[in-house]
Amino acid sequence: MGFENNDKAKGYWRENLRLVLGLLAIWAAVSFGCGILLVDVLNEIHFMGFKLGFWFAQQGSMYVFVALIFVYAAKANTLDKKYNVQED
Amino acid sequence: MGVQGLTYLIVGLSFALYIGIAIWSRAGSTKEFYVAGGGVHPVVNGMATAADWMSAASFISLAGIVSFVGYDGSVYLMGWTGGYVLLALCMAPYLRKFGKFTVPDFVGERYYSQAARTVAVICAIFICFTYIAGQMRGVGVVFSRFLEVEVDTGVYIGMAVVFFYAVLGGMKGITYTQVAQYCVLIFAFMVPAIFLSVMMTGHIIPQIGFGAELIDAAGNNTGVYLLEKLNNLSTELGFAPYTDGSKSMIDVFCITGALMVGTAGLPHVIVRFFTVPKVKDARISAGWALVFIAIMYTTVPALAAFSRVNMIETINGSDQKGVAYETAPDWIKNWEKTGLIKWDDKNGDGKIYYAKGKIEDAASPNEMKIDNDIIVLATPEIANLPAWVIALVAAGGLAAALSTSAGLLLVISTSVSHDLLKKNLLPNISDKKELMFARLAAGIGIVIAGYFGVNPPGFVAAVVAFAFGLAASSLFPAIIMGIFSKTMNKEGAIAGMLTGLLFTAGYIIYFKFVDPTANVPANWFLGISPEGIGMVGMVVNFAVAALVSKVTTATPQHVQEMVESIRFPKGSGEASGH
Repeated sequence: MGFENNDKAKGYWRENLRLVLGLLAIWAAVSFGCGILLVDVLNEIHFMGFKLGFWFAQQGSMYVFVALIFVYAAKANTLDKKYNVQED
Repeated sequence: MGVQGLTYLIVGLSFALYIGIAIWSRAGSTKEFYVAGGGVHPVVNGMATAADWMSAASFISLAGIVSFVGYDGSVYLMGWTGGYVLLALCMAPYLRKFGKFTVPDFVGERYYSQAARTVAVICAIFICFTYIAGQMRGVGVVFSRFLEVEVDTGVYIGMAVVFFYAVLGGMKGITYTQVAQYCVLIFAFMVPAIFLSVMMTGHIIPQIGFGAELIDAAGNNTGVYLLEKLNNLSTELGFAPYTDGSKSMIDVFCITGALMVGTAGLPHVIVRFFTVPKVKDARISAGWALVFIAIMYTTVPALAAFSRVNMIETINGSDQKGVAYETAPDWIKNWEKTGLIKWDDKNGDGKIYYAKGKIEDAASPNEMKIDNDIIVLATPEIANLPAWVIALVAAGGLAAALSTSAGLLLVISTSVSHDLLKKNLLPNISDKKELMFARLAAGIGIVIAGYFGVNPPGFVAAVVAFAFGLAASSLFPAIIMGIFSKTMNKEGAIAGMLTGLLFTAGYIIYFKFVDPTANVPANWFLGISPEGIGMVGMVVNFAVAALVSKVTTATPQHVQEMVESIRFPKGSGEASGH
């Protein structure tokens, strides 16, 4: 067992789930939300020569995806250190 | 030197490079054959993953598809990139901590069952074969146009090259070869896109040119945005506006979902994250992979828009009435020879003309049939780019097809030698024998893949969509539940995988093969096309698994402890097979 006690193990997993679910909410919001469900509404707005909904579907969502993974990697590594379960 | 000579030169040089790398990094042990010795840097692994990922379908067909369907093409762009977020956040770090070679390894141990392992092996092999069939066809298409050989001959050449370095090098060889292939394919893809962007909008970055105003021959702004122009052209010719698309919202939603989830469930992608030294590296490795993929995928829609405007203006002329066939550019005649472009002078005016509708339909003014697959390959010719760019694109298309085929073959050979023989039928075979069987399986795999390349079951993208639906509805839920639920038991997981797989495969086979005439929105379940049904299959899998696990025996204690131990990085060893 890598944790000092059971509470720590539960706490780590709870914080990890919160981090993952939060980032997945953004993931769904930019792709399924802005790129698909709200596309008609957002297309009324113009952004750098694009209709905004179309931009999210063909450009914006992908930029956000990349950022999400790097944010996750950084935060997960910090979380590991906080609970002292990082690799040697 | 002509286009032909340059193509031979550039393609020949790139092949020599791949084979050279394969010899240099020859695998000596089963471990090196399966996971590259676990010592691959995250950036290198990310680049190799990207090359593995970007298949002939991405390189050759994707920009063409987006070009023809506009907004509807977003399903592929978001679907094939969004899956990496799921991989990085929900799968890669845990599977790396688990520390075995293959997806069936995980499923077999997590669900403490040979049966579960066997189901996973069958899913993995089935998915890989579906996927690889499209790749070999892609190789054939590229060869047939640029080397002017038969499509079949092209497939045979491709088979020989892949066989040589996948069988010899294993994962270690493949990883380094794929890095070289990524460099070739991304360069080949970006060069024409940048050329077009500069010519049409004056911007050097295609992603910015995509949203910019068009410029005229003298380089002055015309005041008309590229996308505005494209919408006008589309409506004039009878198409839906480029930025709106014509698929129903629920279908777009489900296809995007199925592709995302399918990406995260593809065995040849997942196995990549077993090859990095640490859990930490598995997390960031997925990020790097997506960076390298996104460079191409954000360029795809820009290239699609540029080439659509270019193509329509070349065929219909500046007056939008058509261009006389005799004065039409050479690329139309070149591609007519391969059968990928057809012209039928329906109104007998001797002019080529492109509009909405099928060429066979007498009521439609359209006289051209243009295959999706040629847009990327023909773009340099359409835009009159130098001959070396055309040769480079040929090399890029081949790099994409070869890198993906090699990655898939490796999963097939690993599944057979490791999961089926070592862990199932012949538990006592030696390391050396196992390696021999792995190479044998790769050889047989290539022959079967080549057969599908010569006798293709459908066009490239449709076959690939099939693989994603199956991955989404079978392997993805089993892996996710294996990590995030301690109580999911073997009965639940097996029942889930089987129902998900049968439901999805049945739906796709019915509409694509049994009764293709019924494949219209009115007959679809909730208006969801066969491409998007994997999303429903995934929900079915989760639901059946949850239900069955409630009424069957509890998960053993040692398995629950194993699940707890993969949830944090500390104590991750090197990947091992035993």
